[in-house]
Parts: sequence; C-alpha cells; structure tokens
Amino acid sequence: MIEEIASTADGNIILNLGPQHPATHGVLHLVITINGETIQKVEPHLGYIHRSIEKMCESLTYRQFIYVTSRMDYLSSHINNHACALCVEKGLQIEIPSRSQVIRVLMDELTRIASHELWWGAMAMDLGAFTPFFHAFREREAINDIMEETCGARLTMNYMVPGGVMQDIHPNFQRRVKEFITLFKSKVGEYNELVTGNIIFQNRMKGVGNLSAADAISFGCTGPTARGSGVSCDIRKLYPYEIYEKLDFEEILESDGDSFARYMVRVREMSQSISIIEQLIDNIPEGDFQAKTKAVLKLPKGEFYQRVETARGDFGVYIVSEGGTTPYRIKYRSPGFSNLSALDHMARGSKLGDLVAMMGTLDLVIPDIDR
Amino acid sequence: MWSFSKISKLIDSWLSVNFSSTWTMVIEMVIAGIAVITLFALLGLVLVLMERRVAAWIQIRLGPNRVGPGGMLQSLADTLKLLVKEGMTPDGADKFLFNLAPFIAMIVAMLLMAPIAFASNFQLWDLNIGVLYVTAISSLMVISILMAGWASNNKYSLMGAMRSGAQIVSYELSAGLSIMSIVVLSGSLNLNEIIQSQADGWWLFKGHIPVVIAFIIFIIAVTAETNRAPFDLAEAESELTAGFHTEYSGMKFALFFLAEYINVFIVCAIGATLFLGGWMPFHIGHWQAFNHVMDFIPSSIWFFGKTFFLIFLIMWFRWTFPRLRIDQLLDLEWKYLLPISMFNILLITLMAILGWHF
Amino acid sequence: MTIEALKEKITALFPAVTFEEGGQWPTVLVEPTDWHRMAGILRQNDALYFDYLFCLTCIDWKTHLTMVYHLDSTNYRHNLVVKVNLLKMNPAIETVSDIWQTANFHEREVYEMFGVNFLHHPDLRLLILPDGWEGKHPLLKDFEDPINMIKL
Repeated sequence: MIEEIASTADGNIILNLGPQHPATHGVLHLVITINGETIQKVEPHLGYIHRSIEKMCESLTYRQFIYVTSRMDYLSSHINNHACALCVEKGLQIEIPSRSQVIRVLMDELTRIASHELWWGAMAMDLGAFTPFFHAFREREAINDIMEETCGARLTMNYMVPGGVMQDIHPNFQRRVKEFITLFKSKVGEYNELVTGNIIFQNRMKGVGNLSAADAISFGCTGPTARGSGVSCDIRKLYPYEIYEKLDFEEILESDGDSFARYMVRVREMSQSISIIEQLIDNIPEGDFQAKTKAVLKLPKGEFYQRVETARGDFGVYIVSEGGTTPYRIKYRSPGFSNLSALDHMARGSKLGDLVAMMGTLDLVIPDIDR
Repeated sequence: MWSFSKISKLIDSWLSVNFSSTWTMVIEMVIAGIAVITLFALLGLVLVLMERRVAAWIQIRLGPNRVGPGGMLQSLADTLKLLVKEGMTPDGADKFLFNLAPFIAMIVAMLLMAPIAFASNFQLWDLNIGVLYVTAISSLMVISILMAGWASNNKYSLMGAMRSGAQIVSYELSAGLSIMSIVVLSGSLNLNEIIQSQADGWWLFKGHIPVVIAFIIFIIAVTAETNRAPFDLAEAESELTAGFHTEYSGMKFALFFLAEYINVFIVCAIGATLFLGGWMPFHIGHWQAFNHVMDFIPSSIWFFGKTFFLIFLIMWFRWTFPRLRIDQLLDLEWKYLLPISMFNILLITLMAILGWHF
Repeated sequence: MTIEALKEKITALFPAVTFEEGGQWPTVLVEPTDWHRMAGILRQNDALYFDYLFCLTCIDWKTHLTMVYHLDSTNYRHNLVVKVNLLKMNPAIETVSDIWQTANFHEREVYEMFGVNFLHHPDLRLLILPDGWEGKHPLLKDFEDPINMIKL
C-alpha cells in the first residue's frame, strides 16, 4: 500500500497511497509529498475506474442512459437516476403524477440515509474503530431489503423512468418503512454516544482539515463538505424540484469548517431525512405511478440542465440535444470531482495521520469522480 | 481436593525417591520448561480464538465456528498455515538481528512467567523481589521491537518501531507507579506476600478510591505497553505506514504474534495478582463463614478467572475505541496519566502510613 | 436579480456579447480573447458576484468547439451560462482557474478529452486518462477506436 518512490533533494519523500484501499473509498491513488510528518502536497491520480460514461451515453437512447448513472455514484443511485429522469422530463415538458413524485422523494431520502450510514461506518473504520461498521450495515440492510422488495435490486436500483417510476410500490412498502423509522430512531442515540460523543473521535477530527467558506465556494465544493464550512448550498432548498418545496425540513449548516463539522452535518442530515420520510409515508396520494410517454423518446433541439442534491452534493446532468433519439452530448457534473480538488488545499501542512480523517469526511466515491 | 500444588508435591516426592538430588532438580527444570512451553502454546491458541470470538460478539456476528466443534481448532489451523509459509528475509537486512528479534520477544515473555503464582503454592520461582523482576524484565520487550524495526532495512518499519518504542517507554512510567502503589500498601515486593496480604479482601476493595485510580491507570498503561488498541499505531497503522513486523513472515511472524498475546496474558496476570488478589478467593474482611465457602473454589480457577476477565476487558477496548494519533497518545501519558499517577502514589503513601485502608 | 435586470447589467458591462435564446438560464456568447477579463469582472462585480462555477464543459460541433461555463452566485442566486466558440484546429483559451479554483480539475479534463489548450493553466496534464496516452482526444466526434468502440 505504501512504497517509497523517491527522495527529493530538499528532504521531501514521495509516498503512494495506492489504488487499493482498506476502506470503501474506491480506487483512488494519491501521491503525497511529505517532509518528515508534514504533508507538502497531495496529488490525486484518477482514472482507474474511468468507463467513458459520457461517450457511451451518446449512443444510448433517452430511456437507456439513465441506468448507467446508477453505476457512477452507486451509493446515491436513485438520486442520480432521478436527476436524469427529471432532465429528460424537462426536455419533453411532461407532467409527472403526484404519486410518482412522492415515491421518488421517498426513495431519494431512503437512499440518502443508506449512503450516510455506509459513510459513517467506513469513517469509523478508517479511524480504527471496527464495530460501528457492523452497526451501520445492520441498518443499511433494512433499507436494502425495502429496496429489494419494491425495485428488485439492492444496490443499483434502476427504478426511475422519464415520466415516473417503473413499477408501483410493493404493498409492504409503507409498513416496512415505518418499521425502519422506528428502528433508526432507536439507534441514533446509540450512534451519538458510541462515536460522536467519544472523546478520541472528537480529538482526531476537530481542527483537522480546515476549509473556509470562501475556499469551499471557489473549489466548487457542495453538499455536506461545503455545509460544514457554513456555505448554504442544498439544492433541495435553493432550487427545489419535485415536491421539496412543500416539505418541512432544515438545511444543516455548521460554521467550523473542520472535519468534525462535516461529520456532524451528515449525522444530522440523516435525522432530517427521517423527518421527511415521516411526513410523506402516510400521505402517498393515489393515482398513476407513471405518466404516459411515447415508447421512443426524442428531446427537442436545445440544452437542458438539472441539478439535484445527492448524498455527496450538487449533481448536475447537462444534456445537449440535436433532436434525435440519443443525446448529442451529456455532461455529468459530479460532486466528488470538485470535492476532491479541495483535498490538496486542506491537507497541506497537516500530519500524515490526519489525511485519513480528512478523506473520510469528504465522503468520496471514486466511480463518481472518474465516471 | 485436587490442586496444582498437590500434584507438584507428588511429582517432587516421587522423583527424589528415585533419583539423586541433582538429577531431581534437572528433571524438574526440564518438566517446568516443557510445562511453560505447553502453556504458551495453549494460551496462544486459546487467546487468538477468544479474541476472534469476543470481536464477533461485540460486532453482532458469529466468530469462527466451522473448524472443529465451535471453531476450537481455528487457531490450530492458523498456526499450521503460518508454519508452512515462506519465511523471507529482506535483501539488505541485518541477518543476525533480524532473526534474533522474535526470539528475544519470546524469551522475555517466558522469563516473565517465572514469578507468577498460578495457584496457591504453585510458582516457578518464589523470589523476594518479584515485582521488581517483573517490571525490569518487561522493559526488555522494547529491545526486540527496536531490533525488528532496525534490522528490516525498511524506513517505515523503523519509523513504526521508533513510535512503538516511544510509546512503550512512556507508558512504563505510569504502569510502574501503579504497581508501586500496591507495593507501598502491602509493604513487600514478594508476590506471594502481596497475595497473602489480600487474604482479608482484594486491594481493589481494601484500598478504595486511590487504588481504583491506580488500577484504571494500570489498565490504560498496559494496553499501551502491549500495543493494543486504542494504542495500536504500530501494528494497525497499515492504513498509512507498515508496522515494525512487516518484513516478517511465516514462523517468525507467528512468534511475534504469539508474543503479543502472551504479553497481554502476563500483564493481566500481574494486574490480577496485584489488584485482584491472584489466586486468593474473594474474601470479605473476617467473615469466616463466607470466606470458607469461597475457599471451596480451587485457587487456580480464581486466578485464571480473574486474568481472563481482565483480558476480556482489554479486548473489549480494542473493538470499541478508535485509534489515537501518536501525538495524542504521548500527550495522554505525559500530560495526564503521569501527573495523576504521581499524585496518586503520594495519596496512597499517606493512606498506608495513616492506615486509612480497610 | 431578475433575468431582465441581469441581461441589462451584462450588456452594460460587456457591450460586445450576444445573447442566445431559448435556454433555461440567460446564455451569453463571448469571444475567446475577451473571456478572461469578463470572467474576472463577473466574479468581482458586487451586483453580479458569480462566485460559484458549477459546470465547465465543452461540446464538439464538428465544425467548431464550444466551451460552456455555468455560473451561479451564492449571494443573489442568479445563474448565467457563458459560451465561447473555439476553432477546431488548435483550440486555445485562457484559463479561469485563477478566478475559480474548481476550474483547475475541470479544465484538465476538457484538455484531455477535447484537446483544448488552456493558456497559463498551472498544471495542464492528463487527469483521468492513463499516463502516456497517445492518440486523439476521446470525446471528439471523430474519435475512432476500432477495438473498443462498437458502431451501431
């Protein structure tokens, strides 16, 4: 995992934090220049999981390309699919029935909780505590089971279509989600005691990896990374889509800008997602789960951009259409790409042991960055 | 009733009848050596399995349960695996030191077995400076770590070894001061006398608050001394830097691995002896009837029970707490534990002089 | 700021730009030589304050390339899309990574995928493609790869 490459003349050593990681960050290769214990420069080398998704989508139809995005940020797969479906609907100018809107938002929020759970477990494991990982996966299993019943898959769910959702929700869905809510609420106190309140965790995360608000905006950081520095950037609040305007939830902001602030933002966001689910689960309106659309979709000539808030930040889908059945150019603006560019800035001057805490709180998913 | 001391007396009397006194001693030494090595092997197997089962229980899953009934032969399988692995020596390594380091770790562990009293009247060597011997020999452990780090010819092994060395040397101070507190209270360095002084109650209860503080500091310090989590920078720092035993594979690695678990056993045995009474059953003051009932349980069971309870405690720490950074670790010792220990020992001395303990 | 007010302000500051119709957000077309200066003013001007560059990409129109910049303001929450047309042969444009640091990575990606040369970029080299990539730029429309590409 670590090999010494070279020793430069001024006493700096170049380390490889290799593509294989013990944690679930994915295949990220960091070339770190350190002097003794202090980091001088961190350079990410990307591309280990580059699948040329943008080029691929130029030959996929508007119904097909949505599911490739599940493979990008696989922890927020529903939300990615949602963004693509919304973009296509914007182009086709179709109205989505309210039942499918509510189902989509419910799936999004469940996905957000699942993603934050995995982040929490992996973060604790990076810092050396192995047990929270199992606890996090226990809750994630409950969500995966719900997804499996309704969508048929546990990780890349392929559920959203332009016009609504592919299938109606399973009859057990409401009951199981309510059981999950009760389970989760009983565990959040435990998590806060076990991890958040633990003084060792706090010491390893407080004051580590400072990112000021101006830097966060300049580097294009979004999501909990920026909200931990006090930048208000929740797309659900600023540019609402679906029914988020009607829902009552808070945007969590912390002003410290260090790793602990980013950690607290994510932990509190989980509770906010639970409250959104609670508001919706009993009020799923009756109706169609999918609007009527043609079998072969053709977007009119023009450009369409849709922004959504994934678990990592501001995900953007930019479709340039020439009127055909396949897009002329698609650009995916992934949140991880910009969040990663801030790592170098945050890590300079820190100790080597802090790098792991910083990477954990950035919550990087490399397939999202490499596309 | 059956007890270890009776068996050893039987063997001794049988041997002295059939052989001359020098031969008796030689044979007894050989038997003792074999017994210690067997104990090592057994302890190693049991502790490795115990660690994995405790880890699994804390992490809400089952542990190894396929190899043998209830997974009991898992450690045997692991040992066989390590035996057949290729033992490589890196190219520029200092061969003599590289090969010697794991053996020093084992020798230190074996030497420490000598003064420990496993049951009443069952001790390898009842020396009158038992506590001093233990503290002194356990300090030699650092040598094997530094030797391993240096001889590996790997900059990161060396860094890991130096950090580990710094950690062990710092925490020895607090551990030593906690041990001193019991010596002050019982007035003797002899382990047997310390155990006898707990005939009317264990020091943890007799010495109330200052001894409880000393016990807590002792547990923290020995967790750091044996490189266990949350102080396991040296071994689990494979996230960033490899530890001092990276370049070891096969049997030599098995020796380091075993030595770590034996060290945990030994420091818990010392803690059980000093604070929890060793093989002394749980007596309350002079309540004759209660004490008599407690005496029915054999002393070896008391000893192993207490030791394994402390081992469980140390294993519990590993799976609950995250890791400390090296600077936080050393801060903890020098800025917090050491001043508290020093103040504590003053308190205990006061307590001993004025007789303010039970 | 409303869309009309935004358009007026921009026309006032940069008379040479033209507006494109029909987009989701106001879209301006800029000359490559003017872009860096305009970007600086867009960022600094108190009434506009576009401090958040949320997407930087390029489109290959076979006859020319178009750089597309999506801007957002954290104060006023108005959006602007800037397009710059580049020549197909040796496309070059000034970098904006000194104004918005997120452009650093995005421009490296456009450089390797489309071949656009960003002048004065601090570190212009391959980001996602493997080191030592020889060959054409993958996202161009005339990119051929007989082994990996399947033409339907």
